[in-house]
Amino acid sequence: MPIFKDKQYFRVKLDKEADESLWLQCKSCGELVFKRRVRENNNICPNCGEYFFLTAKERIESLIDEGSFEDVSRPIIADDPLGFQDEKAYPQRLEEAQQKTGLPSAIILASASISQMPSVIGVMEFQFIGGSMGSVMGEQICHGMEEAIRRHCAFILVSSSGGARIQEGIFALLQMVKTTAVRARLARERLPFISVMTYPTTGGVLASIASLGDIIIAEKGAMIGFAGRRVIKETIAEELPKNFQTDAFALEHGIIDRVVKREDLRSELTSVLKFFQEEKKR
Amino acid sequence: MSDEKTLDLLEAKIQELRELNKVDGLDLSAEISKLEKKLAQMRTELYANLADWERVRIARNTKRPYALDYIGAIFPGFYELHGDRMCGDDRALLTGFAELDGRKVAIIAQQKGRDPAENKERYFGMARPQGYRKATRMMHLAERFRFPIISLIDTPGAYPGLESEEKNIGGAIAASILSMLEIEVPTIAVIIGEGGSGGAVAIGAADRVLMLENGIFSVISPEGAAAILWKSKERVKEAAASLKLTAPELLDMGVIDEVIPEPLGGAHKDIVQTASALKQGLIHHLDELSEKTIDEIMAARYERYRDVGRYSTLSD
Ligand SMILES: [Zn+2]
Repeated sequence: MPIFKDKQYFRVKLDKEADESLWLQCKSCGELVFKRRVRENNNICPNCGEYFFLTAKERIESLIDEGSFEDVSRPIIADDPLGFQDEKAYPQRLEEAQQKTGLPSAIILASASISQMPSVIGVMEFQFIGGSMGSVMGEQICHGMEEAIRRHCAFILVSSSGGARIQEGIFALLQMVKTTAVRARLARERLPFISVMTYPTTGGVLASIASLGDIIIAEKGAMIGFAGRRVIKETIAEELPKNFQTDAFALEHGIIDRVVKREDLRSELTSVLKFFQEEKKR
Repeated sequence: MSDEKTLDLLEAKIQELRELNKVDGLDLSAEISKLEKKLAQMRTELYANLADWERVRIARNTKRPYALDYIGAIFPGFYELHGDRMCGDDRALLTGFAELDGRKVAIIAQQKGRDPAENKERYFGMARPQGYRKATRMMHLAERFRFPIISLIDTPGAYPGLESEEKNIGGAIAASILSMLEIEVPTIAVIIGEGGSGGAVAIGAADRVLMLENGIFSVISPEGAAAILWKSKERVKEAAASLKLTAPELLDMGVIDEVIPEPLGGAHKDIVQTASALKQGLIHHLDELSEKTIDEIMAARYERYRDVGRYSTLSD
Protein backbone atom coordinates (compact mmCIF):
# COMPACT_ATOMS: atom_id res chain seq x y z
CA MET A 1 0.00 0.00 0.00
CA PRO A 2 1.34 3.41 -0.88
CA ILE A 3 2.39 5.35 2.19
CA PHE A 4 2.95 8.77 0.74
CA LYS A 5 0.30 8.91 -1.93
CA ASP A 6 -2.26 10.84 0.11
CA LYS A 7 -2.37 14.59 0.33
CA GLN A 8 -0.73 14.77 3.72
CA TYR A 9 3.05 14.97 3.93
CA PHE A 10 4.78 12.54 6.19
CA ARG A 11 7.16 13.99 8.78
CA VAL A 12 10.08 12.00 10.05
CA LYS A 13 10.23 11.23 13.77
CA LEU A 14 13.09 9.58 15.55
CA ASP A 15 10.95 7.12 17.50
CA LYS A 16 12.62 3.79 18.13
CA GLU A 17 10.84 1.01 16.32
CA ALA A 18 10.30 -2.23 18.19
CA ASP A 19 12.95 -4.70 17.09
CA GLU A 20 12.07 -8.35 17.46
CA SER A 21 15.43 -9.97 16.86
CA LEU A 22 17.90 -9.81 19.71
CA TRP A 23 21.03 -11.00 17.98
CA LEU A 24 22.89 -10.11 14.86
CA GLN A 25 25.66 -11.96 13.12
CA CYS A 26 28.65 -9.80 12.17
CA LYS A 27 29.55 -10.31 8.51
CA SER A 28 33.15 -9.50 9.23
CA CYS A 29 34.06 -11.63 12.27
CA GLY A 30 31.09 -14.01 12.23
CA GLU A 31 30.37 -13.41 15.92
CA LEU A 32 26.76 -13.34 17.15
CA VAL A 33 26.47 -9.97 18.84
CA PHE A 34 23.73 -8.47 20.99
CA LYS A 35 21.79 -6.11 18.73
CA ARG A 36 21.14 -3.46 21.34
CA ARG A 37 24.81 -3.26 22.12
CA VAL A 38 25.56 -2.76 18.42
CA ARG A 39 23.02 0.06 18.22
CA GLU A 40 24.40 1.76 21.29
CA ASN A 41 27.83 1.41 19.75
CA ASN A 42 26.97 3.50 16.58
CA ASN A 43 26.39 0.27 14.64
CA ILE A 44 29.98 -0.79 15.09
CA CYS A 45 30.67 -4.44 15.88
CA PRO A 46 31.66 -4.58 19.58
CA ASN A 47 33.77 -7.63 18.82
CA CYS A 48 35.85 -6.66 15.75
CA GLY A 49 35.13 -2.96 15.10
CA GLU A 50 33.46 -3.48 11.70
CA TYR A 51 31.13 -0.62 10.69
CA PHE A 52 27.59 -1.72 9.90
CA PHE A 53 25.46 0.41 7.64
CA LEU A 54 23.70 3.24 9.44
CA THR A 55 20.28 4.26 8.22
CA ALA A 56 19.77 8.00 7.81
CA LYS A 57 17.71 8.00 11.02
CA GLU A 58 20.39 6.16 12.97
CA ARG A 59 23.04 8.45 11.52
CA ILE A 60 21.30 11.65 12.50
CA GLU A 61 20.54 10.23 15.92
CA SER A 62 24.22 9.50 16.44
CA LEU A 63 25.18 13.11 15.66
CA ILE A 64 22.64 15.41 17.29
CA ASP A 65 21.55 16.31 20.82
CA GLU A 66 18.76 14.07 22.05
CA GLY A 67 15.33 15.64 21.64
CA SER A 68 16.58 18.44 19.36
CA PHE A 69 15.38 16.84 16.10
CA GLU A 70 12.85 18.76 14.05
CA ASP A 71 12.02 17.73 10.49
CA VAL A 72 12.25 20.92 8.39
CA SER A 73 11.92 19.34 4.96
CA ARG A 74 9.56 20.78 2.37
CA PRO A 75 6.35 18.72 1.91
CA ILE A 76 7.31 17.39 -1.52
CA ILE A 77 7.56 13.96 -3.14
CA ALA A 78 9.07 12.79 -6.41
CA ASP A 79 7.35 13.11 -9.75
CA ASP A 80 7.98 10.89 -12.73
CA PRO A 81 8.84 13.63 -15.23
CA LEU A 82 10.07 11.25 -17.96
CA GLY A 83 7.50 8.50 -17.40
CA PHE A 84 10.53 6.31 -16.82
CA GLN A 85 10.14 2.58 -17.12
CA ASP A 86 13.01 0.15 -17.00
CA GLU A 87 12.40 -3.30 -15.58
CA LYS A 88 10.11 -1.52 -13.15
CA ALA A 89 8.15 1.69 -13.50
CA TYR A 90 9.78 4.55 -11.58
CA PRO A 91 6.69 5.22 -9.38
CA GLN A 92 6.81 1.58 -8.33
CA ARG A 93 10.51 1.88 -7.43
CA LEU A 94 9.71 4.98 -5.40
CA GLU A 95 6.93 3.24 -3.56
CA GLU A 96 9.11 0.25 -2.74
CA ALA A 97 11.86 2.54 -1.49
CA GLN A 98 9.35 4.37 0.70
CA GLN A 99 8.06 1.07 2.10
CA LYS A 100 11.59 -0.15 2.74
CA THR A 101 12.92 2.97 4.44
CA GLY A 102 9.80 4.57 5.89
CA LEU A 103 10.98 7.85 4.40
CA PRO A 104 9.32 10.01 1.75
CA SER A 105 12.61 10.55 -0.14
CA ALA A 106 16.31 9.73 -0.02
CA ILE A 107 17.13 12.55 2.37
CA ILE A 108 16.19 13.59 5.89
CA LEU A 109 16.39 17.31 6.51
CA ALA A 110 16.29 18.53 10.06
CA SER A 111 16.99 21.41 12.31
CA ALA A 112 18.90 20.10 15.30
CA SER A 113 21.54 21.09 17.76
CA ILE A 114 24.94 19.49 18.16
CA SER A 115 26.38 20.11 21.63
CA GLN A 116 23.84 22.92 22.01
CA MET A 117 24.91 24.59 18.76
CA PRO A 118 22.10 25.00 16.23
CA SER A 119 22.47 23.63 12.72
CA VAL A 120 20.49 22.49 9.74
CA ILE A 121 21.50 18.98 8.80
CA GLY A 122 20.70 16.84 5.78
CA VAL A 123 21.39 13.11 5.81
CA MET A 124 21.10 10.90 2.74
CA GLU A 125 19.54 7.44 2.95
CA PHE A 126 21.48 5.01 0.79
CA GLN A 127 18.74 2.39 0.99
CA PHE A 128 16.40 4.74 -0.86
CA ILE A 129 17.34 4.02 -4.51
CA GLY A 130 21.02 4.20 -3.68
CA GLY A 131 20.70 7.62 -2.07
CA SER A 132 20.51 9.01 -5.59
CA MET A 133 19.90 12.72 -6.12
CA GLY A 134 16.75 13.60 -7.99
CA SER A 135 14.61 16.74 -7.97
CA VAL A 136 13.37 16.16 -4.42
CA MET A 137 16.79 15.68 -2.88
CA GLY A 138 18.13 18.69 -4.80
CA GLU A 139 15.26 20.84 -3.57
CA GLN A 140 15.62 19.64 0.05
CA ILE A 141 19.36 20.38 0.04
CA CYS A 142 18.68 23.88 -1.33
CA HIS A 143 15.86 24.40 1.16
CA GLY A 144 18.19 23.25 3.93
CA MET A 145 20.81 25.83 3.00
CA GLU A 146 18.14 28.54 2.81
CA GLU A 147 16.85 27.42 6.19
CA ALA A 148 20.42 27.74 7.56
CA ILE A 149 20.54 31.28 6.16
CA ARG A 150 17.18 32.14 7.80
CA ARG A 151 18.29 30.67 11.13
CA HIS A 152 21.81 32.02 10.73
CA CYS A 153 23.45 28.71 11.52
CA ALA A 154 25.71 26.11 9.94
CA PHE A 155 24.65 23.63 7.28
CA ILE A 156 25.81 20.03 7.51
CA LEU A 157 25.30 17.50 4.73
CA VAL A 158 26.02 13.81 5.31
CA SER A 159 26.34 12.19 1.89
CA SER A 160 25.70 8.55 1.07
CA SER A 161 24.86 8.38 -2.59
CA GLY A 162 25.46 6.54 -5.82
CA GLY A 163 25.09 9.82 -7.73
CA ALA A 164 22.33 11.33 -9.84
CA ARG A 165 18.99 9.52 -10.10
CA ILE A 166 18.94 8.06 -13.59
CA GLN A 167 15.13 7.77 -13.68
CA GLU A 168 14.79 11.56 -13.52
CA GLY A 169 17.17 12.05 -16.43
CA ILE A 170 18.21 15.59 -17.21
CA PHE A 171 16.35 16.97 -14.17
CA ALA A 172 18.57 14.85 -11.92
CA LEU A 173 21.71 16.02 -13.72
CA LEU A 174 20.70 19.65 -13.28
CA GLN A 175 20.37 19.23 -9.51
CA MET A 176 24.17 19.47 -9.54
CA VAL A 177 23.81 23.03 -10.79
CA LYS A 178 20.87 23.84 -8.56
CA THR A 179 22.55 22.83 -5.31
CA THR A 180 25.72 24.64 -6.35
CA ALA A 181 23.76 27.85 -7.02
CA VAL A 182 22.32 27.91 -3.51
CA ARG A 183 25.63 26.84 -2.00
CA ALA A 184 27.10 30.10 -3.40
CA ARG A 185 24.43 32.05 -1.49
CA LEU A 186 25.32 30.31 1.76
CA ALA A 187 28.96 31.28 1.20
CA ARG A 188 27.99 34.89 0.67
CA GLU A 189 26.27 34.85 4.07
CA ARG A 190 29.52 33.54 5.60
CA LEU A 191 27.76 30.57 7.13
CA PRO A 192 29.80 27.37 7.36
CA PHE A 193 28.96 24.35 5.24
CA ILE A 194 30.41 21.10 6.55
CA SER A 195 30.31 18.24 4.08
CA VAL A 196 30.53 14.77 5.61
CA MET A 197 31.29 12.03 3.11
CA THR A 198 30.32 8.50 4.11
CA TYR A 199 30.12 5.23 2.23
CA PRO A 200 29.62 5.89 -0.67
CA THR A 201 29.96 9.47 -1.96
CA THR A 202 30.12 9.25 -5.72
CA GLY A 203 29.12 10.54 -9.16
CA GLY A 204 27.03 13.66 -9.46
CA VAL A 205 26.77 14.20 -5.71
CA LEU A 206 30.55 14.16 -5.37
CA ALA A 207 30.96 16.33 -8.49
CA SER A 208 28.75 19.07 -7.04
CA ILE A 209 27.48 19.84 -3.55
CA ALA A 210 29.52 17.28 -1.55
CA SER A 211 32.82 18.63 -2.89
CA LEU A 212 31.91 22.23 -2.07
CA GLY A 213 32.10 22.08 1.73
CA ASP A 214 34.10 24.71 3.58
CA ILE A 215 35.32 21.69 5.47
CA ILE A 216 35.13 18.18 4.06
CA ILE A 217 35.24 15.33 6.55
CA ALA A 218 35.19 11.70 5.49
CA GLU A 219 34.02 8.95 7.77
CA LYS A 220 36.57 6.16 8.08
CA GLY A 221 35.70 3.48 5.58
CA ALA A 222 34.02 5.91 3.19
CA MET A 223 34.18 5.31 -0.54
CA ILE A 224 34.83 8.53 -2.43
CA GLY A 225 35.02 8.59 -6.20
CA PHE A 226 33.58 10.10 -9.35
CA ALA A 227 33.47 7.08 -11.64
CA GLY A 228 32.86 3.56 -10.42
CA ARG A 229 35.49 0.84 -10.69
CA ARG A 230 33.35 -0.98 -13.25
CA VAL A 231 33.02 2.06 -15.52
CA ILE A 232 36.74 2.73 -15.34
CA LYS A 233 37.63 -0.86 -16.12
CA GLU A 234 35.21 -0.98 -19.04
CA THR A 235 36.18 2.39 -20.49
CA ILE A 236 39.93 2.23 -20.20
CA ALA A 237 40.90 -1.15 -18.76
CA GLU A 238 43.28 0.39 -16.25
CA GLU A 239 44.90 -1.37 -13.29
CA LEU A 240 43.73 0.35 -10.14
CA PRO A 241 45.59 0.51 -6.82
CA LYS A 242 44.22 -1.36 -3.82
CA ASN A 243 43.36 1.77 -1.88
CA PHE A 244 41.60 3.35 -4.90
CA GLN A 245 38.73 5.67 -3.88
CA THR A 246 39.13 4.92 -0.17
CA ASP A 247 39.17 7.56 2.57
CA ALA A 248 42.97 7.24 2.70
CA PHE A 249 43.23 7.77 -1.09
CA ALA A 250 41.04 10.89 -0.88
CA LEU A 251 43.10 12.28 1.99
CA GLU A 252 46.41 11.56 0.28
CA HIS A 253 45.29 13.36 -2.88
CA GLY A 254 43.95 16.45 -1.15
CA ILE A 255 40.32 15.73 -1.99
CA ILE A 256 39.15 15.94 1.64
CA ASP A 257 40.35 17.61 4.84
CA ARG A 258 40.12 14.92 7.46
CA VAL A 259 39.24 11.27 8.06
CA VAL A 260 37.28 10.64 11.25
CA LYS A 261 36.17 7.45 12.96
CA ARG A 262 32.44 7.01 13.26
CA GLU A 263 32.51 7.16 17.04
CA ASP A 264 34.36 10.50 16.89
CA LEU A 265 32.19 12.24 14.28
CA ARG A 266 29.96 13.99 16.76
CA SER A 267 32.82 15.47 18.76
CA GLU A 268 34.58 16.42 15.52
CA LEU A 269 31.49 18.33 14.33
CA THR A 270 31.27 19.94 17.76
CA SER A 271 34.83 21.27 17.48
CA VAL A 272 34.34 22.59 13.97
CA LEU A 273 31.01 24.26 14.80
CA LYS A 274 32.50 25.78 17.93
CA PHE A 275 35.41 27.20 16.00
CA PHE A 276 33.16 28.85 13.45
CA GLN A 277 30.79 30.07 16.12
CA GLU A 278 33.48 31.75 18.19
CA GLU A 279 34.88 33.29 15.04
CA LYS A 280 31.47 34.79 14.30
CA LYS A 281 31.15 36.66 17.62
CA ARG A 282 34.06 38.99 17.00
CA MET B 1 9.19 -3.01 -24.04
CA SER B 2 9.49 -4.37 -27.50
CA ASP B 3 11.78 -5.15 -30.39
CA GLU B 4 10.98 -6.20 -33.95
CA LYS B 5 10.85 -9.88 -32.97
CA THR B 6 8.26 -9.43 -30.22
CA LEU B 7 6.14 -7.39 -32.61
CA ASP B 8 6.27 -10.20 -35.18
CA LEU B 9 5.35 -12.75 -32.52
CA LEU B 10 2.41 -10.70 -31.33
CA GLU B 11 1.23 -10.20 -34.88
CA ALA B 12 1.33 -13.97 -35.48
CA LYS B 13 -0.67 -14.55 -32.28
CA ILE B 14 -3.32 -12.07 -33.40
CA GLN B 15 -3.53 -13.85 -36.75
CA GLU B 16 -4.06 -17.15 -34.93
CA LEU B 17 -6.90 -15.63 -32.93
CA ARG B 18 -8.47 -14.29 -36.09
CA GLU B 19 -8.48 -17.82 -37.51
CA LEU B 20 -10.02 -19.17 -34.30
CA ASN B 21 -12.62 -16.44 -34.36
CA LYS B 22 -14.04 -17.89 -37.55
CA VAL B 23 -14.77 -21.17 -35.77
CA ASP B 24 -18.39 -21.18 -34.70
CA GLY B 25 -19.38 -20.44 -31.14
CA LEU B 26 -16.20 -18.50 -30.37
CA ASP B 27 -16.30 -14.72 -30.13
CA LEU B 28 -12.81 -13.40 -29.64
CA SER B 29 -13.27 -10.01 -31.26
CA ALA B 30 -12.86 -8.13 -27.97
CA GLU B 31 -9.54 -9.85 -27.27
CA ILE B 32 -8.41 -9.31 -30.83
CA SER B 33 -9.14 -5.62 -30.83
CA LYS B 34 -7.37 -5.27 -27.48
CA LEU B 35 -4.28 -6.99 -28.84
CA GLU B 36 -4.38 -4.95 -32.02
CA LYS B 37 -4.37 -1.78 -30.00
CA LYS B 38 -1.46 -3.08 -27.95
CA LEU B 39 0.44 -3.95 -31.11
CA ALA B 40 -0.08 -0.48 -32.56
CA GLN B 41 1.12 1.08 -29.32
CA MET B 42 4.19 -1.12 -29.21
CA ARG B 43 5.00 -0.24 -32.78
CA THR B 44 4.84 3.50 -32.08
CA GLU B 45 7.08 3.01 -29.08
CA LEU B 46 9.54 1.01 -31.09
CA TYR B 47 9.90 3.69 -33.73
CA ALA B 48 10.16 6.39 -31.13
CA ASN B 49 12.99 4.36 -29.59
CA LEU B 50 14.74 4.01 -32.89
CA ALA B 51 14.45 7.73 -33.42
CA ASP B 52 16.20 8.51 -30.13
CA TRP B 53 18.88 5.91 -30.64
CA GLU B 54 19.37 7.15 -34.21
CA ARG B 55 20.10 10.61 -32.84
CA VAL B 56 22.60 9.17 -30.38
CA ARG B 57 24.36 7.58 -33.33
CA ILE B 58 24.32 10.81 -35.31
CA ALA B 59 25.61 12.76 -32.29
CA ARG B 60 28.52 10.31 -32.11
CA ASN B 61 29.11 10.03 -35.85
CA THR B 62 32.85 10.41 -36.42
CA LYS B 63 32.15 12.49 -39.54
CA ARG B 64 30.25 15.00 -37.45
CA PRO B 65 31.77 18.49 -37.18
CA TYR B 66 33.70 18.95 -33.94
CA ALA B 67 34.30 22.12 -31.94
CA LEU B 68 37.35 23.17 -33.96
CA ASP B 69 35.34 22.87 -37.19
CA TYR B 70 32.76 25.33 -35.87
CA ILE B 71 35.48 27.55 -34.42
CA GLY B 72 37.16 27.61 -37.83
CA ALA B 73 33.90 28.58 -39.51
CA ILE B 74 32.54 31.04 -36.94
CA PHE B 75 35.60 32.39 -35.09
CA PRO B 76 38.45 32.55 -37.62
CA GLY B 77 40.74 34.57 -35.33
CA PHE B 78 40.57 32.05 -32.45
CA TYR B 79 43.55 32.64 -30.13
CA GLU B 80 44.11 29.59 -27.96
CA LEU B 81 45.26 29.75 -24.32
CA HIS B 82 46.62 26.40 -23.18
CA GLY B 83 47.41 26.54 -19.51
CA ASP B 84 45.44 25.45 -16.49
CA ARG B 85 48.30 27.04 -14.47
CA MET B 86 48.46 23.96 -12.33
CA CYS B 87 49.55 20.74 -13.91
CA GLY B 88 48.81 20.28 -17.58
CA ASP B 89 47.26 21.17 -20.93
CA ASP B 90 44.16 19.09 -21.51
CA ARG B 91 43.68 18.65 -25.25
CA ALA B 92 40.08 17.49 -24.79
CA LEU B 93 39.08 20.93 -23.54
CA LEU B 94 40.29 24.06 -25.29
CA THR B 95 40.02 27.67 -24.23
CA GLY B 96 40.81 30.94 -25.95
CA PHE B 97 39.71 34.34 -27.20
CA ALA B 98 37.78 35.06 -30.37
CA GLU B 99 35.47 37.55 -32.01
CA LEU B 100 31.83 36.97 -32.84
CA ASP B 101 30.43 39.46 -35.32
CA GLY B 102 32.82 42.14 -34.05
CA ARG B 103 32.36 41.33 -30.36
CA LYS B 104 35.11 39.93 -28.17
CA VAL B 105 34.20 36.62 -26.57
CA ALA B 106 35.90 33.86 -24.60
CA ILE B 107 35.58 30.30 -25.88
CA ILE B 108 35.54 27.08 -23.87
CA ALA B 109 35.25 24.04 -26.11
CA GLN B 110 35.39 20.27 -25.85
CA GLN B 111 37.20 18.61 -28.72
CA LYS B 112 37.15 15.00 -29.89
CA GLY B 113 39.76 13.41 -32.15
CA ARG B 114 39.27 12.41 -35.79
CA ASP B 115 41.71 9.51 -35.92
CA PRO B 116 43.27 7.09 -33.40
CA ALA B 117 46.35 9.27 -32.90
CA GLU B 118 44.32 12.40 -32.28
CA ASN B 119 41.91 10.49 -30.04
CA LYS B 120 44.84 9.34 -27.96
CA GLU B 121 45.89 12.95 -27.53
CA ARG B 122 42.34 14.13 -26.84
CA TYR B 123 41.17 11.17 -24.74
CA PHE B 124 38.14 10.77 -27.05
CA GLY B 125 36.91 14.15 -25.90
CA MET B 126 36.88 13.24 -22.21
CA ALA B 127 38.40 16.06 -20.18
CA ARG B 128 40.44 15.46 -17.05
CA PRO B 129 40.63 17.73 -13.98
CA GLN B 130 43.23 19.91 -15.70
CA GLY B 131 40.66 20.55 -18.45
CA TYR B 132 38.01 21.72 -16.02
CA ARG B 133 40.57 23.81 -14.15
CA LYS B 134 41.59 25.41 -17.43
CA ALA B 135 37.91 26.17 -18.09
CA THR B 136 37.53 27.67 -14.62
CA ARG B 137 40.61 29.82 -15.16
CA MET B 138 39.14 31.03 -18.46
CA MET B 139 35.83 31.93 -16.81
CA HIS B 140 37.53 34.21 -14.32
CA LEU B 141 39.80 35.72 -16.95
CA ALA B 142 36.78 36.45 -19.13
CA GLU B 143 34.93 38.00 -16.22
CA ARG B 144 37.82 40.31 -15.37
CA PHE B 145 37.77 41.78 -18.88
CA ARG B 146 33.99 41.51 -19.40
CA PHE B 147 34.07 39.04 -22.28
CA PRO B 148 30.91 36.97 -22.70
CA ILE B 149 31.55 33.23 -22.65
CA ILE B 150 30.57 30.75 -25.31
CA SER B 151 31.06 27.11 -24.44
CA LEU B 152 30.83 24.35 -27.03
CA ILE B 153 29.97 21.01 -25.44
CA ASP B 154 30.87 17.68 -27.02
CA THR B 155 31.93 14.93 -24.64
CA PRO B 156 30.92 11.40 -23.70
CA GLY B 157 31.69 12.48 -20.12
CA ALA B 158 34.61 13.44 -17.92
CA TYR B 159 37.54 11.05 -18.24
CA PRO B 160 37.03 8.09 -15.89
CA GLY B 161 40.38 6.83 -14.68
CA LEU B 162 43.04 6.78 -12.02
CA GLU B 163 44.61 10.09 -13.05
CA SER B 164 41.22 11.85 -12.93
CA GLU B 165 40.44 10.53 -9.47
CA GLU B 166 43.91 11.37 -8.15
CA LYS B 167 43.53 14.94 -9.36
CA ASN B 168 40.05 15.27 -7.85
CA ILE B 169 37.77 15.22 -10.88
CA GLY B 170 34.70 15.57 -8.63
CA GLY B 171 36.04 18.73 -7.04
CA ALA B 172 37.19 20.12 -10.39
CA ILE B 173 33.73 19.70 -11.95
CA ALA B 174 32.03 21.18 -8.87
CA ALA B 175 34.36 24.20 -8.95
CA SER B 176 33.73 24.66 -12.66
CA ILE B 177 29.94 24.67 -12.15
CA LEU B 178 30.34 27.14 -9.29
CA SER B 179 32.46 29.51 -11.40
CA MET B 180 30.06 29.24 -14.31
CA LEU B 181 27.26 30.35 -11.98
CA GLU B 182 29.22 33.15 -10.32
CA ILE B 183 30.99 34.96 -13.15
CA GLU B 184 29.33 38.25 -13.95
CA VAL B 185 29.35 38.07 -17.74
CA PRO B 186 26.75 36.67 -20.17
CA THR B 187 27.20 32.95 -20.85
CA ILE B 188 25.92 30.77 -23.70
CA ALA B 189 26.43 27.02 -23.89
CA VAL B 190 25.85 24.96 -27.02
CA ILE B 191 25.68 21.18 -27.11
CA ILE B 192 27.09 20.49 -30.55
CA GLY B 193 27.29 16.68 -30.19
CA GLU B 194 27.33 14.70 -26.98
CA GLY B 195 26.42 16.37 -23.70
CA GLY B 196 27.59 13.61 -21.41
CA SER B 197 26.62 14.00 -17.76
CA GLY B 198 28.75 15.92 -15.23
CA GLY B 199 31.50 16.37 -17.79
CA ALA B 200 29.10 18.44 -19.90
CA VAL B 201 27.22 20.26 -17.17
CA ALA B 202 30.54 21.52 -15.75
CA ILE B 203 30.71 24.05 -18.60
CA GLY B 204 26.99 24.05 -19.38
CA ALA B 205 25.39 25.99 -16.51
CA ALA B 206 24.84 29.02 -18.75
CA ASP B 207 22.31 31.84 -19.20
CA ARG B 208 21.28 30.26 -22.49
CA VAL B 209 21.63 26.62 -23.41
CA LEU B 210 21.30 25.78 -27.10
CA MET B 211 21.48 22.41 -28.79
CA LEU B 212 22.15 21.32 -32.30
CA GLU B 213 19.20 19.31 -33.60
CA ASN B 214 21.01 15.97 -33.34
CA GLY B 215 22.84 16.68 -30.14
CA ILE B 216 22.15 14.66 -27.00
CA PHE B 217 22.28 15.77 -23.36
CA SER B 218 21.94 13.17 -20.65
CA VAL B 219 22.57 12.23 -17.03
CA ILE B 220 24.15 8.96 -18.21
CA SER B 221 24.96 7.28 -21.52
CA PRO B 222 22.31 4.89 -22.88
CA GLU B 223 24.90 2.11 -22.47
CA GLY B 224 25.41 3.02 -18.81
CA ALA B 225 21.68 3.18 -18.11
CA ALA B 226 21.10 -0.14 -19.91
CA ALA B 227 23.83 -1.82 -17.86
CA ILE B 228 22.60 -0.46 -14.52
CA LEU B 229 18.81 -0.52 -14.91
CA TRP B 230 18.18 -3.22 -17.50
CA LYS B 231 21.27 -5.25 -16.55
CA SER B 232 21.83 -5.74 -20.25
CA LYS B 233 23.93 -3.87 -22.77
CA GLU B 234 21.51 -4.94 -25.48
CA ARG B 235 18.82 -2.59 -24.23
CA VAL B 236 20.48 0.67 -25.30
CA LYS B 237 17.64 1.68 -27.61
CA GLU B 238 15.09 1.52 -24.83
CA ALA B 239 17.48 3.29 -22.49
CA ALA B 240 18.06 6.07 -25.03
CA ALA B 241 14.31 6.56 -25.50
CA SER B 242 13.59 6.49 -21.76
CA LEU B 243 16.22 9.09 -20.96
CA LYS B 244 14.59 11.69 -23.26
CA LEU B 245 17.99 12.99 -24.23
CA THR B 246 17.28 14.54 -27.64
CA ALA B 247 17.14 18.26 -28.38
CA PRO B 248 13.41 18.38 -29.28
CA GLU B 249 12.48 16.49 -26.10
CA LEU B 250 14.66 18.73 -23.92
CA LEU B 251 13.16 21.82 -25.55
CA ASP B 252 9.68 20.45 -24.78
CA MET B 253 10.66 19.95 -21.15
CA GLY B 254 11.88 23.54 -20.94
CA VAL B 255 15.46 22.54 -20.16
CA ILE B 256 17.08 24.20 -23.19
CA ASP B 257 16.32 27.47 -24.97
CA GLU B 258 16.68 26.72 -28.66
CA VAL B 259 17.31 23.93 -31.13
CA ILE B 260 19.69 24.84 -33.94
CA PRO B 261 18.53 23.06 -37.11
CA GLU B 262 20.79 20.65 -38.95
CA PRO B 263 20.56 19.54 -42.57
CA LEU B 264 18.73 16.25 -43.23
CA GLY B 265 20.96 13.36 -42.22
CA GLY B 266 23.02 15.43 -39.79
CA ALA B 267 25.44 18.35 -39.48
CA HIS B 268 28.20 16.54 -41.40
CA LYS B 269 26.09 16.67 -44.59
CA ASP B 270 26.64 20.42 -44.74
CA ILE B 271 29.05 21.96 -42.28
CA VAL B 272 28.82 25.45 -43.77
CA GLN B 273 25.05 25.53 -43.43
CA THR B 274 25.13 24.17 -39.85
CA ALA B 275 27.86 26.60 -38.78
CA SER B 276 25.91 29.47 -40.26
CA ALA B 277 22.76 28.49 -38.35
CA LEU B 278 24.80 28.17 -35.17
CA LYS B 279 26.38 31.58 -35.72
CA GLN B 280 22.95 33.16 -36.18
CA GLY B 281 21.75 31.53 -32.97
CA LEU B 282 24.77 32.72 -31.01
CA ILE B 283 24.44 36.29 -32.27
CA HIS B 284 20.72 36.33 -31.53
CA HIS B 285 21.14 35.20 -27.93
CA LEU B 286 24.18 37.35 -27.30
CA ASP B 287 22.23 40.36 -28.60
CA GLU B 288 19.37 39.57 -26.25
CA LEU B 289 21.67 39.15 -23.28
CA SER B 290 23.58 42.32 -24.14
CA GLU B 291 20.39 44.34 -23.74
CA LYS B 292 20.14 43.32 -20.08
CA THR B 293 22.09 44.68 -17.14
CA ILE B 294 24.44 42.26 -15.45
CA ASP B 295 22.22 42.34 -12.34
CA GLU B 296 19.26 41.22 -14.44
CA ILE B 297 21.34 38.47 -16.00
CA MET B 298 22.58 37.23 -12.62
CA ALA B 299 19.06 37.26 -11.16
CA ALA B 300 17.63 35.35 -14.12
CA ARG B 301 20.49 32.85 -13.99
CA TYR B 302 19.89 32.23 -10.31
CA GLU B 303 16.18 31.79 -10.79
CA ARG B 304 16.67 29.44 -13.72
CA TYR B 305 18.84 27.04 -11.77
CA ARG B 306 17.27 27.50 -8.34
CA ASP B 307 13.95 26.37 -9.76
CA VAL B 308 15.05 23.47 -11.95
CA GLY B 309 13.43 20.13 -11.14
CA ARG B 310 10.03 18.43 -11.05
CA TYR B 311 8.24 17.27 -7.92
CA SER B 312 4.78 17.30 -6.32
CA THR B 313 3.88 19.44 -3.34
CA LEU B 314 1.60 18.04 -0.64
CA SER B 315 -0.07 19.83 2.21
CA ASP B 316 1.84 19.86 5.44
ZN1 LIG C 1 32.53 -8.25 14.05
